[in-house]
Amino acid sequence: MPGNIWVLAEHWRGKVSEITFEALALGRDVADQLGSKVEAVLLGHGVKDLASQLGAAARVISTDHEALAEVVPEVYAEALAQLARRERPAAVLTPLSNVTLGVGTLLAAKLGASAINFCKNVRVVDGKIEAHAVLYGGKIETKVAAAAEPVVLGIGPGARLADAGRSAEPPAVVDEVTVDLPEAQPIRFKEFIEPEAGEVDVTQQDVLVAVGRGIGSRDNIALAEELAAALGGVVCGSRPVIDQGWLPPSRQIGKSGMQVKPRLYLALGISGAPEHVEGMRGAELIVAVNTDPAAPIFNVAHYGTTADVLEFLPLLTEQAKALRG
Amino acid sequence: MNLLVLLKMVPDVVEELEIASDGAGLDMDVARMALSESDDHALEQALLLKERMGGTLAVLAVDAAEVDDALFTALAKGADRALKVDAGEVAQLGTRALADLLSQVIADGHNLLPVDLILTGTQAIDDLDGLMAPLVAHQLGLPYIAIVIQVTPDPARRVASVVKEYPGGVRGRFEIDLPAVVGIQSAERPPRYVPVAKVRAAMKTQRIETVQAPTLADGGTVLAEVKSMSKPEETGRAEMIEGTPEAASARLCGILAERGLV
Ligand SMILES: Cc1cc2nc3c(=O)[nH]c(=O)nc-3n(C[C@H](O)[C@H](O)[C@H](O)COP(=O)(O)OP(=O)(O)OC[C@H]3O[C@@H](n4cnc5c(N)ncnc54)[C@H](O)[C@@H]3O)c2cc1C
Ligand SMILES: Nc1ncnc2c1ncn2[C@@H]1O[C@H](COP(=O)(O)O)[C@@H](O)[C@H]1O
Repeated sequence: MPGNIWVLAEHWRGKVSEITFEALALGRDVADQLGSKVEAVLLGHGVKDLASQLGAAARVISTDHEALAEVVPEVYAEALAQLARRERPAAVLTPLSNVTLGVGTLLAAKLGASAINFCKNVRVVDGKIEAHAVLYGGKIETKVAAAAEPVVLGIGPGARLADAGRSAEPPAVVDEVTVDLPEAQPIRFKEFIEPEAGEVDVTQQDVLVAVGRGIGSRDNIALAEELAAALGGVVCGSRPVIDQGWLPPSRQIGKSGMQVKPRLYLALGISGAPEHVEGMRGAELIVAVNTDPAAPIFNVAHYGTTADVLEFLPLLTEQAKALRG
Repeated sequence: MNLLVLLKMVPDVVEELEIASDGAGLDMDVARMALSESDDHALEQALLLKERMGGTLAVLAVDAAEVDDALFTALAKGADRALKVDAGEVAQLGTRALADLLSQVIADGHNLLPVDLILTGTQAIDDLDGLMAPLVAHQLGLPYIAIVIQVTPDPARRVASVVKEYPGGVRGRFEIDLPAVVGIQSAERPPRYVPVAKVRAAMKTQRIETVQAPTLADGGTVLAEVKSMSKPEETGRAEMIEGTPEAASARLCGILAERGLV
């Protein structure tokens, strides 16, 4: 009997994360190919009720412990390792999210297992698990085989549609199990710090003019502001632009920033790294301007051009203004 | 505060990436190597802590193309020591083997101990088989946290207050016992710039300590095997608008107008 496929059911601030449903859908596909079952592992404190949302899994393994209230990689990995030693899954899918990052690596280290990160797909080839990982900011895809079982797979967003991993039915089996965790931990959660409300809410805009490192300097942001004004939208950006202090944190789009679904997303001088794309891939129309024809942003954009953004921006602004009259 | 920063060279993705003839790796003759972006932030955060609290700052890297540049740059910015490990064959084995090797280097007599904080970048773009920071933490028996954007040590209490990023602009504050391994995402402020002349001066007056790789008990564990590499499939790619910037912007403006977006 091949081992089952486990999905670490990420939840945060009382809600099951979208990536959990995506991973459940992926896990079910892998389990089907392997001839085994997909099971969800729900770790936390006071969140047992969330199990009812995990009906896409054949079984939920639920563990409640004070030390699991927030994700501390060492503690989560220890809990998972104890469970995995008991039940020997073939693979453990862990979200590569800001909440869960680090858990997979430590779990693999504790189990002497393989770890493969940046997975966007997983298949079974000749009875063995093969991962498709996306490296180098989205520029290269790899097929990777695990050298040691089980395999801990770090799953990026978008591997499957979340809806495919949702179920109206609760899971058939929920097993409540215990783990043994030390009381004193070297890392202690203190508090959440809410984002400062920005002067605009980028999640509520129809039109977003997004700038990346390719915009070159703080002064050039004004060019994007002018276009945004002409289109009735607002300017936002990728991480390097925010890190440089050229735009406020409330304007960051991506993994650590905001998730947006505007009618139009103009990506100007943005490479399209997975961590950026996860914040904007839901936009209705994506247009990318990037001098590098191999930039991964062109894999998610509907329209693209390899013009120099500094040359392109004033032209588009002028034409948009002319059209508006 | 005794600070140690781990530095890693990665292919610069702004340049063309070519796949080697065996189809299972990058063509390293074509790739241009650069310091992993978040390592620049880890170094900056360490420099800020050293300026604030005193102590020593060492940087440690595995030998790789252009690594001397990165190490001398770190020295020019204010690091006290720069160490380079010749990992030999182990460099090809993957992160687990390199983590065993670096942990041994840290633990074995290169005057890197006692250390209060080991800072790394959060995650590199070529991180195929696991993160270095938690592996080093695991080997050395230290606590680990990543995606960190603020570190405020309290040496008297042997703890640090760290702020890490969650999704949606939310952050979380944790207290972590020292010594610890911390994966930095962004420093408190943008990494400093150092003039080339200062780096050249560092090349003349300072030196990189070369460390012989210790032998790994098990020869080094390989955990992931790349079967093939490819550029992303051309499916679902954008419709490219060709022509002069004038023509392209006019065409795009037309597309936006059709959809009622202008
Ligand atoms: C845990 C974690 C969380 C992260 N969270 C986020 C996040 O929330 N948001 C985010 O954006 N990133 C995030 N990142 C970082 C992400 O991995 C990328 O580093 C980042 O998105 C790159 O930003 P960029 O595209 O602006 O810069 P680059 O990748 O440097 O790309 C710049 C692009 O501009 C192009 N260019 C240069 N000059 C011009 C010109 N004159 N005209 C046209 N094009 C030009 C180049 O060809 C290049 O493609 C995160 C990373 C990690 C590890
Ligand atoms: N070979 C290496 N040598 C030194 N530091 C490394 C190495 N690999 C990873 N690191 C450190 O670990 C961080 C995360 O990289 P990675 O584990 O590859 O995602 C990097 O930013 C470095 O700080």
